[in-house]
Amino acid sequence: MDNKLIFFDSTLRDGSHAVSHKLEAENIKNYCREIDEAGLYTVIVGHGNGLGASSLQVGLSALTDNEMLETAHRELKKTKLGAFLIPGFGTIKENLNPAIDRGVELFCVAVHCTEADVTKQHIEYIRSKGKEAYGILMMYHMATKERLLEEALKMQSYGAQGVILMDSAGASVPKLVSDTVRYFVDHLKVRVGFHAHNNLGLAISNSLIAIESGAAIIDGTVRGFGAGAGNCQLEVLSGLLSKLEIETGLDLYKLMDASDHVVAKMMKTPQEITSMSLISGLAGVFSGFANNVKKAAIRFKVDPRDIFMELGRRKIVAGQEDFIVDVAMYLASKKGSEEESYDIESLL
Amino acid sequence: MKKVKVGIIGTGNIGTDLLVKIQRSEILECGIFAGRSKDSNGIRKAEQMGVKTSSESIKYIQDNPDCCEIVFDATSAKIHLYNAPILKSLKKYAIDLTPSQVGKMCVPAINMAECLNSDNINLITCGGQATIPIAYAIMKVHPEIEYIEIAASISSKSAGPGTRANIDEFTQTTRDAITEFTGVKSAKAIIVLNPAEPPVLMHNTIYAKIENPNIEKLHIEITAMAKKIQKYVPGFKITLGPVAENNRVTTMVEVVGLGDFLPKYSGNLDIITCAAVNMAEEYAKKKIL
Repeated sequence: MDNKLIFFDSTLRDGSHAVSHKLEAENIKNYCREIDEAGLYTVIVGHGNGLGASSLQVGLSALTDNEMLETAHRELKKTKLGAFLIPGFGTIKENLNPAIDRGVELFCVAVHCTEADVTKQHIEYIRSKGKEAYGILMMYHMATKERLLEEALKMQSYGAQGVILMDSAGASVPKLVSDTVRYFVDHLKVRVGFHAHNNLGLAISNSLIAIESGAAIIDGTVRGFGAGAGNCQLEVLSGLLSKLEIETGLDLYKLMDASDHVVAKMMKTPQEITSMSLISGLAGVFSGFANNVKKAAIRFKVDPRDIFMELGRRKIVAGQEDFIVDVAMYLASKKGSEEESYDIESLL
Repeated sequence: MKKVKVGIIGTGNIGTDLLVKIQRSEILECGIFAGRSKDSNGIRKAEQMGVKTSSESIKYIQDNPDCCEIVFDATSAKIHLYNAPILKSLKKYAIDLTPSQVGKMCVPAINMAECLNSDNINLITCGGQATIPIAYAIMKVHPEIEYIEIAASISSKSAGPGTRANIDEFTQTTRDAITEFTGVKSAKAIIVLNPAEPPVLMHNTIYAKIENPNIEKLHIEITAMAKKIQKYVPGFKITLGPVAENNRVTTMVEVVGLGDFLPKYSGNLDIITCAAVNMAEEYAKKKIL
């Protein structure tokens, strides 16, 4: 296996979460133009939850999938255009085929980390069309490395050319990264990748640890633009790796230019670790939930931190945004009853 | 009273759950429980109940056409494509529980009468059975709306290998059926498998984009529809709504299974087997007895 380190750029996919899926055509165009020669393996473009995910459930995007892909395709000459797909959101007929028609060369097929068998149809289909397919295990912190490997082996058997561990909640501590990545590298024939989130301030260091443990794909974003606390900031990692004399093929200045000239303008707020992001990392809940959690907290007059901890307790996974309201209602009713029992106790 | 004989092809979770429900029916009895495996949990359970079993699948019905008048197909979309013409030539009423899209799409609460006149009916998907009637009720009040979306979340444990291997058809068929039944211009179906332990109940959310929604009327129609469904799916319940927020009307629905063969959290399987048995009983009453 060719184990050269390659970089997947999810700026225009994960970043979509940070702007409530309102990426503009102008941003996509300018970003792709600036980044095309930066040495990245692929630029993944689209709604934060992938093809076909623009919805009332997880958020409507400003542009259609096709508009986003067409805009990016016109600008990318050297870098492969990539797309992301979660089975159950996008379908072959309505989403995969149109994406292939618009020049997508590489697909990341993502599922919750224990459900890899639902990627079979899509990975096999993508490979049969001569395109690259990678399997993504989301929320990987929720399963043991043995269980994760079982799922990764399934993806490998369907034809995935790599399996990427996605730390969707930014809940990983360094040892979890090194243990899991090393275990994967020892047992898989295909590339192993890592996609970090920064909820505990570890996105860059966890990505470095993944590389040192044998990962051959790093999935990150320029300026860390992404859901919640954001992602592994690619230009920083690139600088760090050159300081460590690890070959990357990345052009640091071009990454910085894209960061300063385009991404800085796309961001509504600087990418920082807010208390919401920290708590979602601790609860082990997908950080893309933050906006909806805040809204529900105001509506039901409960503490958003409690909502996150309760979502974590119930092991809610990405795509189940509708449970946020459920949990908020539950906490609100519980709060009412606790106040009552407190009243009674204080009388005793 | 004389009972009408039914055949079940497919001895997996769905087939066995059907069997348990039919044992309770005052109208139906199981004439044959057939699959391809000689020793599955389902076959053993049927034998314990004293039901005739076979490992010859559809061939048994071909060889013994008098064993049943109604046939449930709980195999897979691919196998039903093979079974459908055989059942037609044998003049059996076929109730298809796979996402094959061969027969007439059926939601008992909406188009039962038409379906009784068809020779092959398809139960769409569990997500479809749980959400299409609500979407239909919404469209009745607001025929002008252009977009409906449903999100069905089912516990990982109750999504069997068939559902998993056909997740794409499952999503697409549900989406197509919403459009077909409601006439809405565009629809979306999202299917999420929830791995939580203990398993969560089947949970569905129906969204509609409506300017100036008439919540009072929506409430009346949705409640009436829920009552209709509850007649054949007792565990069906509206848990939230309809509520409006920024021109988005949300309704949430939960389905608690009867706990026959499958546990209560498998409301997703229960809703489709309940609908199937309901159709068979109505067919038996109206067309045979």
